[in-house]
Amino acid sequence: MDQNTVVELVKPDPAAPGEGWREGDVWLAGGTFLLSLPLPQIRRFRDLSELGWTPVEVNDAGLEIAATCKVSELMAYQPDPGWAAGPLLHDCVRAFLASFKVWNGQTVGGNICTSIPAGPMTTMACALDADYLLISPDGSERTVPAIDFVTGNNVNILRPGELMRKLTISAAALNRRYALRRFSLTKAGRSSVFLVGTRDPESGEFLLTVSAATIHPFHIRDAGVPSAAALLDMLAEIPDDKYFDDPNGRPDHRKHMTDLFAEEIRSELAN
Amino acid sequence: MSISVNGHDFSNEPAPGQCLRTFLRDLGHFGVKKGCDMGDCGACTVHIDGDAYHSCITPASRALGHEVTTVEGLADGEELHPVQEQFLRAPGFQCGFCTAGMIMSTTAMTDEQRQDLDHSLRGSLCRCTGYRQIHDAINGVDNTEDSDAIAPGDGVGASPYAIAGRGIVTGHEEYTLDTNREGTVHLKVVRSPYAHAKALRIDTTQAKASSGVLAVYTWEDVPDKYFTTAIHEDHLVDPKDTRVLDRIARFKGQPMVAVVAETIAEAEAGCRAVEIEWEVLPAVFTAQDAILPGAPAIHRGNPDPFIRHPDRNVLLDLNIGRGDVEAGFEEADVIHEAEYRTPRVAHAHLETHGTIAWEEDGIMNVRTSTQSPFIARQKLGFLFDIQDANLRVFTKRVGGAFGGKQDVLSEPLCILAARDLHRPVQWEFTREEEFTGGVVRHPFTIKVKLGAKRDGTLTAMQMDTLADTGAYGNHGGEVLGCSLVAMNWYRCRNKRYDGQMVYTNNVPSGGMRGYGSAQPTFAMEQAMDELSAELGIDPIEMRRKNCIRPGDNLAVGTHAEEFQLRSYGLPQCLDYVEEKLKQGNGVPKPEGPEWAEGIGFAIGMADTSPPTEHRSGASVHLELDGTYRINVGTVEQGNGTVTTHLQMAATVLNTTMDQFSIVNGDTSKNMWDTGAFASQGMYVSGKAVTLAATGLLDYIQTYAAAKFGGVKEDVEVRATEVSVNGRTISLAELAQLADEEDGQQLQYSQRAYGSPISAGWNVHGVRLAVNQVTGEIAILQEVHAVDAGTVINPQQLRGQIEGGVMQGIGWTLTEWLQQGPDGEILNPNIRMYRMPNYADAPRIDVHFVDVDVSKEAGPFGAKGMAESPINPVAPAVANAVADATGVRFRCLPLTPPLIYKELNEAYQASNG
Ligand SMILES: Cc1cc2nc3c(=O)[nH]c(=O)nc-3n(C[C@H](O)[C@H](O)[C@H](O)COP(=O)(O)OP(=O)(O)OC[C@H]3O[C@@H](n4cnc5c(N)ncnc54)[C@H](O)[C@@H]3O)c2cc1C
Ligand code: FES
Ligand code: FES
Repeated sequence: MDQNTVVELVKPDPAAPGEGWREGDVWLAGGTFLLSLPLPQIRRFRDLSELGWTPVEVNDAGLEIAATCKVSELMAYQPDPGWAAGPLLHDCVRAFLASFKVWNGQTVGGNICTSIPAGPMTTMACALDADYLLISPDGSERTVPAIDFVTGNNVNILRPGELMRKLTISAAALNRRYALRRFSLTKAGRSSVFLVGTRDPESGEFLLTVSAATIHPFHIRDAGVPSAAALLDMLAEIPDDKYFDDPNGRPDHRKHMTDLFAEEIRSELAN
Repeated sequence: MSISVNGHDFSNEPAPGQCLRTFLRDLGHFGVKKGCDMGDCGACTVHIDGDAYHSCITPASRALGHEVTTVEGLADGEELHPVQEQFLRAPGFQCGFCTAGMIMSTTAMTDEQRQDLDHSLRGSLCRCTGYRQIHDAINGVDNTEDSDAIAPGDGVGASPYAIAGRGIVTGHEEYTLDTNREGTVHLKVVRSPYAHAKALRIDTTQAKASSGVLAVYTWEDVPDKYFTTAIHEDHLVDPKDTRVLDRIARFKGQPMVAVVAETIAEAEAGCRAVEIEWEVLPAVFTAQDAILPGAPAIHRGNPDPFIRHPDRNVLLDLNIGRGDVEAGFEEADVIHEAEYRTPRVAHAHLETHGTIAWEEDGIMNVRTSTQSPFIARQKLGFLFDIQDANLRVFTKRVGGAFGGKQDVLSEPLCILAARDLHRPVQWEFTREEEFTGGVVRHPFTIKVKLGAKRDGTLTAMQMDTLADTGAYGNHGGEVLGCSLVAMNWYRCRNKRYDGQMVYTNNVPSGGMRGYGSAQPTFAMEQAMDELSAELGIDPIEMRRKNCIRPGDNLAVGTHAEEFQLRSYGLPQCLDYVEEKLKQGNGVPKPEGPEWAEGIGFAIGMADTSPPTEHRSGASVHLELDGTYRINVGTVEQGNGTVTTHLQMAATVLNTTMDQFSIVNGDTSKNMWDTGAFASQGMYVSGKAVTLAATGLLDYIQTYAAAKFGGVKEDVEVRATEVSVNGRTISLAELAQLADEEDGQQLQYSQRAYGSPISAGWNVHGVRLAVNQVTGEIAILQEVHAVDAGTVINPQQLRGQIEGGVMQGIGWTLTEWLQQGPDGEILNPNIRMYRMPNYADAPRIDVHFVDVDVSKEAGPFGAKGMAESPINPVAPAVANAVADATGVRFRCLPLTPPLIYKELNEAYQASNG
């Protein structure tokens, strides 16, 4: 829809994109969220589409995905078949309610920064223990673990004018085995519950990411695959009021499905 | 930099916050539609450099320097793109509002994506078809015939494709707002943030001073009259309880102030500048609470005697019965009694409400998205004191309605402003306004009590309903009246119905497919299954034993009713569904012991006409060039009536459909027509067309016999010719002779009515599996048998049934308007409302049973069937869930969170 209160489309300087940030500014990535609901408080769009960041880059450290990488570009990218967790990238794209036509516009960073519980790029980043690089308007940078970024429904730790530059996933994370379970109230619908478990082939470490069911993602980490009972105990530490209540699911059902799926993932990864 | 659209460069600069959708429409590319305006429905799909995008969520600036293709740019001259051809011939549409987007999405898919439509059709919603037609279109299945390939006189029973089809698949067919009228200004409203409040002071100073604002209207500026928004032939069946703008807000979302400005942006800014000082009043949100002593009386003091108890929020109560139910229950060996509830759901027609009004040569023109231009004219004329002759209301193609456009909502303010400003005024609802300021289905609470003898014979039936009309009474009375129908199709001496329709501070309820009958059918058809189970009788046998038969009295009360079974296909419908469910369709239940399988079915009966009058006048003209023209007032909204009218007239006049043109939906061109609702487009308007065609045939024969000698009975009219007394001349020649030599125009008109009323039947059967751990329901098989009398157009009827069933599936499994404690609608958008996607749509085995048709009822013995297929779906599913799990769900929708809660613990206890 039109955002009729927007009076200017700013093309930021790639060298200092945050310069001159003022109240009423927002970063415009794909715009698929920003043009999908009334936002009368917005005055200026700061257009990220021409910053020229390489969408996906593989280097010694692992994989770097630019915030401006389009979801369709991520889908077109073929990860190294040697990476056991490579297919998870595409699994997470398919977990969008959004159509392939939305993928052509929306970006990985835009999804993470929208920060809704059912954000599959957030799930992907958390499951793969990614780090985010953030740039503040004055040009200073900080790196934060993905799991700490989203703090509530549509709420995250970004400060005014702060920009997400990229996410980095280590090769070690990409080498882990994984299992996932997703539930939605309609067949190809929005995630009500989305869980991903991974296991390190060497250390045996187990990591479960609980997302969509809760207002922000949770990690459950153990040195090895826990017993069913131990896993349930760890899940019980997620406070009840963190289970999300919206038209796509009820907290009690989400908790029920989380426990169920967690056990399925645990036994799948235990073998 | 410029934007290239379909090969033409445009240098227009998009506004900084503009989306590509409105940019393209402003340039006149009206094939780009608005459905949801947030990326869910796909109606706005276009290509940028060959890739598909939802243009509503794509910044227009992103197209600068790129090539945009809209549906209008797809065909190569006259040559349709293959996918357009496929959508034309399947056909892949009903109202056609989704079609451009469907085509643009399909053409952008890879072969692999076309194999996986469950995923690739996410973001492509169709509210009309139920998706089988879309599937067929994408896969190149041709279900239609070329109209000129149908032999003269063989129109009825054939499946020609819609005459508007080419316009629809090329994006050129005009819908309500597909026009840029010179000088048009835009209207927006300030809606109440409170469910019940009084505006003590409305300060419009700032708004009036706001840039581009031309006028601001409040309750002080509108006609000092009460009316009802509901569209019915007889305005006395509804209460006068509504003002164009009121000082009292009775639901959250009620329009309070209207702002008109040069642009939408300026009108929105004007709305934000309006200041209202409120006195917030206590509010009530359920029918149960609304009738408690001390509840705020929402229409206290309204003098309309129609409102039964304004001081107690009771719009209407009905107490009807015959025999002695108490004695009947005494006699019974088994009694079943339970309470059932149905939720508030929305129509979600893809085209939102919209109106353009302008004055020209002393006539107020109203181009609007309505199901009834004539009744709309009547209401608008009453409100603004305009003579019929000076008020023209008309439709273009309507993008779906389902009862949602059976209220006058967007029209009055446009007329008010157009008259005041002498400019064309347009108001287009946003999608959110559809949910918060449109109309919804009436929520019902229904108590059913049934008594039967051991052998299954019913001894007493009792139903007690409490329904929520919302803040206004528009359709409340008629819907309550219609809810009696669920007691109609069982024979029982002792029947008792008590019902109340109650005001609350909720968004108003309105007419919706299955008008007043879907809700009680949900209750009655479950109750009958429950009673059968208690008796140990097979539920189908129970129906066979107790359903009405020809000759039975259909009245619940002691009044004589003209409603009679004039043809009777129920037994065949039951047989078909029973047999098919027994046979299965080869789809196994998902693996795992937690999945329980069951079958269920339910009946729905529909009267072929509403009890209030419904009338239509049509004329058929033989033009001087020898072609025919039909004039009929009904509206085309995807129900396909226009096509069936041509088929019927062509059959009567023994010619082919391509010999006809049709003019419809316009009060300045047509005779009175009550409107396209209650499935009357076929039953009444179709009857008028058939009678007029019959009259014209007689006229032609009489004239030809008089002119050339011979008897009229021997005059043969066929194709484009007439043979008389040994000679054959063309119809064109005959028409010219009549005109030139005798000053006669060969034309005929006739009126038709809903009377006599007959009944159509629907039986729905379903086999499904329930996951007792997760609460999911997997539909495995769906069978639907109907008695629609004579089937005029099988392809179209099948589509209507599939679409109706799919809306039933949505109502049953996924849709409902969720509400917060202060009356706020929590999911006022397509994404969160969750209407069925392609992936949610099961294949439906649709069957038309053969019956001895009664020609005294509908045209050619046809019975209207657009509405009623929805009715038996929800109870059939609930019956199947109970069959599978042993647990009854007496409310909707049957979502996993609801189901798992009832089943999981018991399942774990016995299997854990
Ligand atoms: C039909 C449909 C279905 C959807 N389904 C889902 C779904 O299943 N799950 C889900 O999570 N979401 C879903 N979404 C919403 C989704 O979050 C967004 O559509 C999309 O991922 C946002 O990406 P974008 O590039 O378009 O971001 P924009 O709309 O451009 O921006 C989104 C937000 O992120 C901010 N932002 C963007 N990039 C940056 C950056 N680099 N640094 C800082 N801030 C930034 C913006 O300022 C804005 O606040 C759906 C949307 C649609 C239209
Ligand atoms: S209008 Fe764009 S997707 Fe619905
Ligand atoms: S035909 Fe698809 S929405 Fe009407």
